[in-house]
Amino acid sequence: MTSTRDEYCSRTGISPVRVLLLLAIGLAAIFAFSLFLGRYPIPGLIGMERLATDQLAQRLVWNLRLPRMLVAVLLGMALAAAGTVFQMIFANPLVEPGFLGVSQGAAFGAAFSIIFLSSSAVVVQGSAAFFALLGLGVSYFLARRVRFGGWVLRLVLAGIAVSALFSSGVGMLKFIADPLSQLPEITFWLLGGLWRVTWSEAWTVLPVVALSLLVMYQMRWRLNLLSLDDEIAFSLGVAPGRERALLLVAAVASTAAVISVSGMVGWIGLIVPHLARRIFGADARYSLPASMLIGGSFTLICDDVARTLLAGEIPLGVLTSLVGAALFIVMMLTQNLRVRR
Amino acid sequence: MNQTLLAFEDVCFRYMPENGNVLDGFSLSIEPRTVTAILGPNGVGKTTLLHLALGWRKPQSGRVLLEGRPLSTFSHSEIGRQIGLVPQGEHIPYEYSLLEYVLLGRAPYLRPLEMPGEADCVVAADALETVGLSDKRARPVTNLSGGEQQLVLVARALAQQPKMLLLDEPTAHLDLSNKIRLLDLLQDLTFKGVTIVFSTHDPEVAASIATHLVLMRAGKVLRAGPMVEEFTTEKLSEAYGIPVEVRELEGRRIVLWKKGRMGGLSNV
Repeated sequence: MTSTRDEYCSRTGISPVRVLLLLAIGLAAIFAFSLFLGRYPIPGLIGMERLATDQLAQRLVWNLRLPRMLVAVLLGMALAAAGTVFQMIFANPLVEPGFLGVSQGAAFGAAFSIIFLSSSAVVVQGSAAFFALLGLGVSYFLARRVRFGGWVLRLVLAGIAVSALFSSGVGMLKFIADPLSQLPEITFWLLGGLWRVTWSEAWTVLPVVALSLLVMYQMRWRLNLLSLDDEIAFSLGVAPGRERALLLVAAVASTAAVISVSGMVGWIGLIVPHLARRIFGADARYSLPASMLIGGSFTLICDDVARTLLAGEIPLGVLTSLVGAALFIVMMLTQNLRVRR
Repeated sequence: MNQTLLAFEDVCFRYMPENGNVLDGFSLSIEPRTVTAILGPNGVGKTTLLHLALGWRKPQSGRVLLEGRPLSTFSHSEIGRQIGLVPQGEHIPYEYSLLEYVLLGRAPYLRPLEMPGEADCVVAADALETVGLSDKRARPVTNLSGGEQQLVLVARALAQQPKMLLLDEPTAHLDLSNKIRLLDLLQDLTFKGVTIVFSTHDPEVAASIATHLVLMRAGKVLRAGPMVEEFTTEKLSEAYGIPVEVRELEGRRIVLWKKGRMGGLSNV
């Protein structure tokens, strides 16, 4: 005889908390493995004895690999969590953090900062975050002004329009950028990658992302309520407008923070929440933490491949898009995604 | 001690300033343990009335009182503990299990960051039991038939342990057996002390369980009062704009209409 709670929790017969624990252990294992993985001195793993004696190897692991991996995990967690949040509060499984002008806004902000302000991490990050929020705000107000269609359709249309505006803005900025110094930096941004991450980037990103992740994690059960229609959420004691706004800000802030360091890394926010829901069911109590853990592992693995597969580094954004789109196709063919609006 | 549960006092409501009032100087008292049917053709503002009763929409003038206190002074959670809403057809975006879905009804009892606990799961499971769906509790809501989905929505509202249930066209898309199942369930709930307000466009559904009737037409409340006084040939004919006849059959009132008189619809 199982208790109500067990039945509530389980779809597969295994307690989801245990599966989450397994995912967490998996993430930790991948993290530890990645620390040793690289191309120094030869492609493969660094041996323990070399790490104990070789100072270059030590510095490589502690000053380059560790912060980079930390950011990779934060990046994956933030994008996947933000993706779940977006998909829940817009009640639409096809939206992702870049939706609503956020990604293109951040790209524009970074390019703008590189050309007109400064290319220091803090300024670029601030500018990216500002324009990401601006993209969201403009999309939101545009959607409110549109006089036809349902709310979600209006948001999607507004998001497409605002993204297009920003991406043409990025095009303009690339055109006027100094081809020797500024253009490569902008191009790096648009391809996405973590090769320049050091501790200073990790420390700038960490507080915003950690706080946002905490907010999203703490409100994970509320996400279920917010996936319902407004008047129904209201009847269940929720202030839908306020709580959606808080979660949106958390999702956008963390997205903006991580992509200001990594550049445009796509598809994680779309595909990982689907994977998590397929394993844990729709309830965000489990699917949100699962998203975070899977997102972290997925990004870490992609980044490992990006930096070790070839002698030159493969841009991370290219890899995540490749793997993400492939997974998406597989999921489309094996189960319908249940799009209803 | 029989304090009025919900009262509309001279309520005026309109959606847009340029549009006319949906409700104009509307007053109504709903007593505890009664069943009030809001009856009228489609699109006359029945849902609006329910949204006003819930506090989701606020009147431009007049007041809505819950147990003598203005609804506007209640917090969202307080309202959620008093009033449960069963909407007409709900968009369910993801494949929640029945129990997960009904558990959402516990939200008014939880603090913003609190998760539902064991006790909440028990309440939710009981609510599913009440509507007769406990054997399907682990199934996805999206796989249920329309009738069963409607019952799940009732169960979620019951998990709120409300004093009053608002139901928007609860039987609109149900076949006969599911309709009877739902009406029986509502009747049982009144015996347990729940006050019920529901909208319907179907006079017979109204006649089957309601003790009080609100007749609406074209955004206006025509009449409101006890069932026996309001559910009559003249008053229904006026509300629907076509001649109908109310007859009593084995203690129940049924509505008959004359064949070939659809021309009368032109003034609806």
